[in-house]
Amino acid sequence: MEFRDVWAIAYKDLRIELRSRVLTNQIAPYTLLIVVLFGFALDADTRTLRDTGPGLFWVAVLLIALLAIHRAVKIENDDGARERILLTPVSPSSVFLGKSLALCIQLFVLEILLFFVMLALFDLSVDKPLLICLSAVLATIGVATAGTLYGVITDGVGVRETLLPILLLPVLAPIAIGATRAFGDAFGRVDTDGWAWFGLLAVFAVVYTVLGMFAYGQLMEDA
Amino acid sequence: MRIKIMESNDSRPNATSSRSTRFLGFCLTLGVPTLVLFAFVFSPKDDTMEDAVRLLYIHVPVAIFSYIAFGVTAIGSIGYLWKQSRWWDTTAHASAEIGVIFCGLTLVTGSIWGRPTWNTWWEWGDVRLVTTLVMFLMFIGYLALRQVPASFEVRAKRAAIVGIIGTINIPIVNRSVEWWENSTLHQQSSLTDGNLEDLTLFTWFLGTLVLGIAYLWLMIHRFRVGWLATEHEALSYGAAIDERQAEISLHNSENLGEDGSE
Repeated sequence: MEFRDVWAIAYKDLRIELRSRVLTNQIAPYTLLIVVLFGFALDADTRTLRDTGPGLFWVAVLLIALLAIHRAVKIENDDGARERILLTPVSPSSVFLGKSLALCIQLFVLEILLFFVMLALFDLSVDKPLLICLSAVLATIGVATAGTLYGVITDGVGVRETLLPILLLPVLAPIAIGATRAFGDAFGRVDTDGWAWFGLLAVFAVVYTVLGMFAYGQLMEDA
Repeated sequence: MRIKIMESNDSRPNATSSRSTRFLGFCLTLGVPTLVLFAFVFSPKDDTMEDAVRLLYIHVPVAIFSYIAFGVTAIGSIGYLWKQSRWWDTTAHASAEIGVIFCGLTLVTGSIWGRPTWNTWWEWGDVRLVTTLVMFLMFIGYLALRQVPASFEVRAKRAAIVGIIGTINIPIVNRSVEWWENSTLHQQSSLTDGNLEDLTLFTWFLGTLVLGIAYLWLMIHRFRVGWLATEHEALSYGAAIDERQAEISLHNSENLGEDGSE
């Protein structure tokens, strides 16, 4: 495994996304739509929106991640791209890390957009910006690695769109809990030590990165 | 339970029952009414839980065996990845199905028990409740994946990886929920504090024994159904391939005949 290979795979996915503009033209507006719908669903009470803001942020991220994972899998299905990658001397673990990195970067971009929109619409104030940044990094790595792994598990089946959420969302429950609590502390909405959740997010990210590196090759050949 | 799958003159097993399962079934036939009698008639009320305690003779054993079932699924999944054997895959699948049923029963009976005891159907702050619910949903996904049409090897490999990941994730979910609320409404084990009356303790053990036999009985039947189903699937594929090859041969011979006549 070489970092150059990992970056090459990530760069390929990111270039395809930049050219297709699905991220900017479809997924980003969908992100805004989710925030607006949360506002409608929870009534026009700003205090309720402020209290539930951290949780809503991560629910929105998980929904966006599902779309981004579908895209990442579809890229490999188009024009026999997967077969060509299998023919290259790039190791499966590099492919896994490259695809996870690309997914991470896309999710970061969307999270930054979502963060500022929610900051404005939900009238949130940030008490601990470093906690926000670092917990978002770890949580996004966890979502991206688990998502890439489950993306390939559900690849090649006719019902991927419905099967992926059923499989992935329960697995991401610790991320939803951990990142929500960390954000809650950073926004000053809950009385908890946000840094304590850091370890859990790190464990999750490490476990899924290691599992993915081991399992991805086996699954990619069958997909 | 006797499910005929093959023709009776086939040398392979043509049913899911055997002498051992009939014996287990007989034990269950005696065990279930005995448990009902002890749970509802002979055993006394609890001082604090009153009659709601009777539900625990089912709730606790099904919870224990749901965890055991998912453990067996993880072992079967590891066994499949190691040995690439249909036996391990079928074991993992059978145990997951029974585990999901037992886990569902755990949630339902727990909820019914919680209403009179805790004054609520559901408590988000309880670590065990939320962990069990997430585990239930993870294995629902596992079963959904198993229903997806794919070749045996692909399906078995994917299911094995999901089964292992699901089991690895259980302690992480448990830890996260524990930190989340750091509380449980579940009381400490009544077994170890020595406060249970003899008859209550006996009924609890009887419930565990009966549910254990039920798990074993269901497991053997479900394993055999799964085994026969994959054999049947393989036979169907084989027959379809033979039929297609026969069509191709016929088509080729017809073409050869036309070429010869020309």
